[in-house]
Amino acid sequence: MALVEINDLTVNFYTEEGVVRAVDDLSYTIERGEKFGVVGESGAGKSVTAMSLMRLIEDPGQIESGEILFKGEDLLEMSEERVRSIRGNEIAMIFQDAQTALNPVYTVGEQISEVIRHHLDYGEREAKERTIRLLDEVGIPEAEARYSDYPHEFSGGMQQRAVIAMALSCDPDLLIADEPTTALDVTIEAKILDQLEDLADEFDTSIQLITHDLGVIAQVCDRVMVMYGGRPVEKAPVEELYYDPKHPYSVGLMSSIPRIGDTRERLQTIPGTMPDLVDVPTGCSFHPRCPYAEEACTRKDPVLVDPETGHEASGDPGEHAAACLEYTGDLTGGLDYTVEVDGEDPQITPGDQRE
Amino acid sequence: MGLRRFIVKRVLLTIPILFGVSIVTFGMVHLTPGDPIDVLVSFNPDVGPAEEAALRERYGYDLPVWEQYLRWIGNVLQGDLGPVITRSGVSVNDVIMSRLPETIVLGLFGWVFALVIAIPTGIYAAVNKDDLGDHVSRFVALSGISIPNFWLGLMLILFGALVFNIWPVLPPRKGLLSLDTLWFLVMPGITIGTASASTLMRIMRSSMAEELNKEYVTAARAKGLPERTVILKHVLRNSLISVTTVAAFLTANIVAGSVVVEVVFSWPGLGREFVQAITSREVNLILAITLFTGVALVLANLLADIVYAMLDPRIRYD
Repeated sequence: MALVEINDLTVNFYTEEGVVRAVDDLSYTIERGEKFGVVGESGAGKSVTAMSLMRLIEDPGQIESGEILFKGEDLLEMSEERVRSIRGNEIAMIFQDAQTALNPVYTVGEQISEVIRHHLDYGEREAKERTIRLLDEVGIPEAEARYSDYPHEFSGGMQQRAVIAMALSCDPDLLIADEPTTALDVTIEAKILDQLEDLADEFDTSIQLITHDLGVIAQVCDRVMVMYGGRPVEKAPVEELYYDPKHPYSVGLMSSIPRIGDTRERLQTIPGTMPDLVDVPTGCSFHPRCPYAEEACTRKDPVLVDPETGHEASGDPGEHAAACLEYTGDLTGGLDYTVEVDGEDPQITPGDQRE
Repeated sequence: MGLRRFIVKRVLLTIPILFGVSIVTFGMVHLTPGDPIDVLVSFNPDVGPAEEAALRERYGYDLPVWEQYLRWIGNVLQGDLGPVITRSGVSVNDVIMSRLPETIVLGLFGWVFALVIAIPTGIYAAVNKDDLGDHVSRFVALSGISIPNFWLGLMLILFGALVFNIWPVLPPRKGLLSLDTLWFLVMPGITIGTASASTLMRIMRSSMAEELNKEYVTAARAKGLPERTVILKHVLRNSLISVTTVAAFLTANIVAGSVVVEVVFSWPGLGREFVQAITSREVNLILAITLFTGVALVLANLLADIVYAMLDPRIRYD
């Protein structure tokens, strides 16, 4: 049994402009101990997916349908009290911006030991000891003295470590990391990602890592899901996505990563922006920005299929699936790009782009 | 200790502030025509011009303003606030000593009333934003700010004493902290505190509503903490920071309100003394009450600064 199994999840936001379908009929699974990446531009529905997993979608958002099975039990059917006993305990979250995720008026130590006292019924002293151990484990020097520091007395990197310690405090089974290193500079980012990976292995924790940065995914994850407009457009083991991306959007994301030794004068960008989710384009929602779009793309809604056979994806972890009409034989022009593997980094060159 | 040094510094700073207040008040009182001697003379038509001049000389009202001020301030520094000229044998010190406790008790009553009402309703309105309860509390708060306190006081007297007959019209002649006196203070306390309660409640609501949108709140919820803990531990302490600022300013409202409320409720405090002092041109008394008001405001702001430091560890007074 998978640790997390999400089936046909749909989340709407009822805004004044209209109903925004932030997550549309989304299904995926995370196995025990697996590191699962979710990637996409801002507005792709990554964070909404994460908040749904915590059942923390707030007004005007609404989980419309679907199920979220955690250890076989549907989170969406549970009582609020039961969900609360899971939050921070079995499923924990690392927030994007540690500086805003920490309460400025309580000490870092108090904010961590508060979780331990609440979920594990520890006394004041034991919780403090455990917190100091955790702070030490995530690499905060002089953890004991730092326990009673306030968040503003921590540097950005240390704040992020403290937030990671907080998330790990009750040995969660699933760690949701929403852009955990975006606010940090690159050297600290690499260190923290390494640490996160080590800690997850040590605690045997599954990770759902949300990011817009494919480089971060490559460093940490086993499997990845590319999201666009609230839907998955490609799911694959990380290497396969890297060396053999199947969806034009994944190709676009890959070719917009800068690389050392790059001979291109300008980075490739994906023209346009994420569509307005109130008024989603007909057919494939990516077609207005897709260099390979044809008339069929404006009519027909692609589903996730096995690119080799064109059969509907089975949902097996480990399979490679993409949602593009190319693989169901609806396109006449085909997808025209090449992936060159030069050393370790794949280099993707789009073919002549047709208008 | 940073905080202790800060308090000492602030207390010392009060001295020049009070000097400034006394000079401005002294000057303003002297700009108004007439002095206590005029009032005294108008009571006794047989006093001749020669006696009037003698009286004026005796109390120093014939001297130039600056010399009068220097004599007055010299006495004040020695703890003598001067005589009340129109009441023979009574000194300003006596009046202050007997009236100040009355006013402090009334002011504290209004204060406590304002806080006890404002903070819980503010929390309620912020948590139930845009619900019926929020709209009702908004309506009540706006009414509370708009209603003049003398009218509110008269209505409370009308309903409490005449319609329901559960409340005495006149203050009981008992100890300041006796049950009867405290029961009497309920109505003036409400009258003096209503406007402040309304303002504070609105501030509490908006500051808490703003805090509720911050990410640390989502983070606290994601930790699995009960909503009660999230609101009363994490959000409340952050929201109280801006409430403290406004609460300190509102002390001025309460002090000013006490003048009207003491007259309406015949409460023997400094506010009522102040009105009488103005009508009888009692310069010494006016000055003394103004100075005490200044002290009260400075202390309220000092208290606010101390509360700040306790609420928010980012504030350091070095």
